[in-house]
Amino acid sequence: MLATLGKRMVTVIPTLIGVVIVTFLLTRVLPGDPAVYFAGPAATPQSIADIRKQLGLDKSLPEQFARYVSDLAHGNLGNSLSTGQPVVKEIKSRLPASAELTFLGLILSIVIAVPLGILAAVKQGSWIDHTCRIVATAGVSLPVFFTGLLLVYLFYFRLGWSPAPIGRLDAFATAPPTITGFYLIDSVLTGNLETFKSAFGQLILPALTLGIFSLAPLARMTRASMLAVLASDFVRTARASGLDSKTVILVYAFRNAMLPVVTTLGMVFSFLLGANVLVEKVFAWPGIGSYAVEALISSDFAPVQGFVLAMAILYVVLNLIIDVLYGVIDPRVRLEG
Amino acid sequence: MTDISLSPPAAVPPKAPSNSIFRHARYVIAENPVTGLAFGLFLLIAICALIGPYVVPHDPLASDTTASLQAPTWRHWFGTDQLGRDIFSRVIVATRLDFAVALFSVILVFAMGGLAGIAAGFFGGWTDRIVGRISDTIMAFPLFVLAMGIVAALGNTVTNIVIATAIINFPLYVRVARAEANVRREAGFVQAARLSGNGDIRIVLTQILPNIMPIMMVQISLTMGYAILNAAGLSFIGLGVRPPTPEWGIMVAEGAANIISGEWWIALFPGAALMIAVFCFNLLGDGLRDLVDPQRRT
Amino acid sequence: MAKKPGKSEPLLRNSDKSLPLLDVHDLTVEFATRRGIVRAVQHVNISVAKGEALAIVGESGSGKSVTSYAVMRILDRAGKIAEGSVMFSGLDLRAAPENEMRDLRGREMSMIFQSPRLALNPIRKVGRQIEDVLLQHAQVDSDAVSEKAIEVLEQVRIARPRERYHAYPFELSGGMCQRVVIALALACKPQLLIADEPTTGLDVTTQKAVMDLTVELTRERGMSMILITHDLGLAAAYCDRVVVMEKGHVVETARAETIFKAPAHRYTRKLMRATPRPGVTLRDLLPEEDAKAAKPVGKAVKASGKGNGHAAPPLLLVEGLVKEYPRNEAGGSLKKLFGPKPAVKPDSFKAVDGISFSVARGESVGLVGESGCGKSTTSMMVMRLIDKTSGLIQFDGEDIGAIPARKFATLPLRKRIQMVFQDPTDSLNPRYTAARAIADPILRLGNGERSNVRARSEELARQVGLPVDLLDRFPHQLSGGQKARVGIARAIALKPDLIILDEPTAALDVSVQAVVLNLLQDLKDSLGMSYLFVSHDLNVVRLLCDRVIVMQTGKIVEQGPTERVLVAPEAQYTRDLLTAIPHPPL
Repeated sequence: MLATLGKRMVTVIPTLIGVVIVTFLLTRVLPGDPAVYFAGPAATPQSIADIRKQLGLDKSLPEQFARYVSDLAHGNLGNSLSTGQPVVKEIKSRLPASAELTFLGLILSIVIAVPLGILAAVKQGSWIDHTCRIVATAGVSLPVFFTGLLLVYLFYFRLGWSPAPIGRLDAFATAPPTITGFYLIDSVLTGNLETFKSAFGQLILPALTLGIFSLAPLARMTRASMLAVLASDFVRTARASGLDSKTVILVYAFRNAMLPVVTTLGMVFSFLLGANVLVEKVFAWPGIGSYAVEALISSDFAPVQGFVLAMAILYVVLNLIIDVLYGVIDPRVRLEG
Repeated sequence: MTDISLSPPAAVPPKAPSNSIFRHARYVIAENPVTGLAFGLFLLIAICALIGPYVVPHDPLASDTTASLQAPTWRHWFGTDQLGRDIFSRVIVATRLDFAVALFSVILVFAMGGLAGIAAGFFGGWTDRIVGRISDTIMAFPLFVLAMGIVAALGNTVTNIVIATAIINFPLYVRVARAEANVRREAGFVQAARLSGNGDIRIVLTQILPNIMPIMMVQISLTMGYAILNAAGLSFIGLGVRPPTPEWGIMVAEGAANIISGEWWIALFPGAALMIAVFCFNLLGDGLRDLVDPQRRT
Repeated sequence: MAKKPGKSEPLLRNSDKSLPLLDVHDLTVEFATRRGIVRAVQHVNISVAKGEALAIVGESGSGKSVTSYAVMRILDRAGKIAEGSVMFSGLDLRAAPENEMRDLRGREMSMIFQSPRLALNPIRKVGRQIEDVLLQHAQVDSDAVSEKAIEVLEQVRIARPRERYHAYPFELSGGMCQRVVIALALACKPQLLIADEPTTGLDVTTQKAVMDLTVELTRERGMSMILITHDLGLAAAYCDRVVVMEKGHVVETARAETIFKAPAHRYTRKLMRATPRPGVTLRDLLPEEDAKAAKPVGKAVKASGKGNGHAAPPLLLVEGLVKEYPRNEAGGSLKKLFGPKPAVKPDSFKAVDGISFSVARGESVGLVGESGCGKSTTSMMVMRLIDKTSGLIQFDGEDIGAIPARKFATLPLRKRIQMVFQDPTDSLNPRYTAARAIADPILRLGNGERSNVRARSEELARQVGLPVDLLDRFPHQLSGGQKARVGIARAIALKPDLIILDEPTAALDVSVQAVVLNLLQDLKDSLGMSYLFVSHDLNVVRLLCDRVIVMQTGKIVEQGPTERVLVAPEAQYTRDLLTAIPHPPL
């Protein structure tokens, strides 16, 4: 098992190298003078020259790259122009907000999508099946920011059930002491029920938006995968051996069907991390997505670069976890090395 | 020489005397009315894109602050926005831009990714390795995030949205084309073509490509929807399209702030248009897939 | 539906031995398809006595599998029993509720299928899968179930059952997987075993082992068995009675001895005649009317062994041919878990390990062996589709082995060596009409013949017995036999000197095979071609080939004139192959 893990980690390295190279190139491929970009719209010729020196933009490309890599290794992603703070620090402080939102959205969607897909496959042609297919096709067509706005309109404006989308907490609550950075967990750990209710209330709509967004591909994949597995030879054998439906569906079919679904999770994460940015804008969520968007609008370049890099690294790690999870379920991958 | 031909097994479909396109299309639509609906929607969208700007009731850019923030009325079917512009006209006119962006990026990625994938799948070796590396590197990023980075780097224009969308769809096309080419590379008829004196290039063009096209068509249709969403998403966060150009994503962004105060029509109609367009392409893709490869029905 | 602890009550066994165990009466099965209702099985009557082995034989579309699926009630969603009755030991299976059927399945009647590895859950240990069945039918308590599972594995003669218990299907060979599948089926000691083409796709020696085991186990337990197969020889060799089905109907039911000696129905006769077996000629395979009408088989060139005394040099000469593939890390975990540590770790895999043979002009040489012996690789190299590692391939005096495969395609030599492929569907471009497919070599390699391509295509179609009006159809609109003819027409289009036939009839029904084999022989004689006929089926090779080469694990084990090798083989392996072929009572 450890050997498999080790092997997977090794394959991650070229990917990380590729990521670093691409983010490096992105900032050097800028039309015009990169120094001007990094110095910002309000720069003087002097500050531009300073930036050029600071970023080593006057040196050759390989030298610049070496410098870039060493900066990264020291955790230096540059400074934000608008706030003057190190990008790394700001990303670190805002990451938990995005993470909490994304995880909650993902959990919501898995909890609905997987059972829905399984039932749709098992009871092919029933109303559940049709619902699943409609949900899947429609869900994939909905722009995530549109869903968010619709939910706000419905639940906040019309029904008044949800609080105003102004961020992680409403106007009256204060943030709990930072243990994990996840408000839900921290408020429970410090026994602060009011904060919990406030945080939860604010979280529901954006998490629901993300959940609806990732529901569609997951439900669709689960259904398709279950259908394929239920038609396979070994399920036929299981039925011919007289195994009862529960065993056939859960032990034989489901576990095999989960394999392509786990693989799909990788793709779903890719979409989620992107959708995160849009949802944060709609709900004024103080995560790294809105951090990047604000930086984009004010032509503040270093945070954007840092954001892309951070998201890529996060995604690589997530994919690694998914690969390992796949190996846990499928012994063929484990044993054949 | 006696001919003992057994009657064809039950699985062989009845002989189609003319394999014409119209017969085919009629058959498809009769089999699956939903695909017919999708096709109709597609025609509608195409018409809007082509002649929309010429037939809209109001000038999409004309602002009239006295008539701002009006709910839908007979005069303004979709209402007006903060600057008094007619939303209906803007939505129809925006069709052209969104449709064109999606179309161009899909054509671009189909050419690049499709060919790269076929070459990688058919020739293997270094071609496969290089194409695979490029593909993997792109896929290492969350795709929308990468698109953001590319547009930020290249500049905030619509052309760069097209380029960014093409780049992030590259791995998908490569994967599909490569898989299909790989399967067919070992197929009997490809080997038979070699025996008949066909060289590699000829085999790719006459044996592989025509057999892959149906599946690639499905891919194109599905990706069109995704490309529209991508472009709209980028515009929503302020990349690419600048006001006052009408574009669905940016219109939703403009209407976002007003949702809280209850002026729903500013964001709803462009958003609904987005949804219908993407829905149409997805249905079309599904219908095409059912036609081409019934085993992969979802 | 509670599971009873301890042993389950046996089904009320009908102790009257004269009543059949399974009685299928007037069975009709319908399927709802997009084109309306299709009756796959019509008014079928079959009965199986206790302890009897019955075979249901038919070609594709005969409904033999559907009948057994209907008995077990595991039909597709779209299928249902429309008419008739199925009585099992006095129980009405058609009316039984699903939970009762579930009890019966696996416990009283069980089924084994084709493709054994696919029939097992790939991510569940083999032992656990057996346990699932044992526990489901409450054959044993949960603390004793592991031991029982190992015991079941022992009974199917798997070596080292205790270790194999922990194996996953992908770690086992095809033959071992089939034993596991049999173990699953017999674990609860059912009264009836239905075997649906259990040996299709297996090597002939594995096939014999599996059939012997199955028959032995069923006999020693007094079980009844239904064997579903397309191979009349197999059916007659292993079963007491044979039921012959055609297009959903039963045409004849008879004892195994009578089927071959005195078949009553016209279709049975046709099937029986078409089954390749020793002691008949090619013409005997055809139905009687056609056999009489056909002219006698031409005198073939009889070569007298490898170093023949003929003055003419061989058309094809192969010497010391080797094909090596670099092996990547270890050949599977099976070796890691169970096998002895190899003394020297081989870093490459020799698919073909130094073989030498020749093919004279006008000669038909058979290349036989089981899967993995290297016969296909050899034929690919001779075809110049893949490159050799070392050795000599000489065609009509020219060293064609030295020319890289990529370059060979456009040389004039290309048209002198052609191939007929195994899978007629796979070897035709789905987007080409039959005419276009046949014309392809003429268009690419023919010179001076381009002008009248259509006329030439029609002439070729006539030569292979393909109706000319089928030329404009696409492959999916043709039957298996028709597609095979298209492939043959394409191969002879440029009048090659040598044709390599890679199991050309393996995918065809046996009656179609009979016709195609006769066609191949006639074409060879009329066009003066040589054949290299690759096959795993010794009976077919006996009929078509003058000389035969036997391969095993990349080496030639024996070669010589067909009559000598197949009647008085010198090598043990050849003897094993011959004994493994099912011998119907003739």
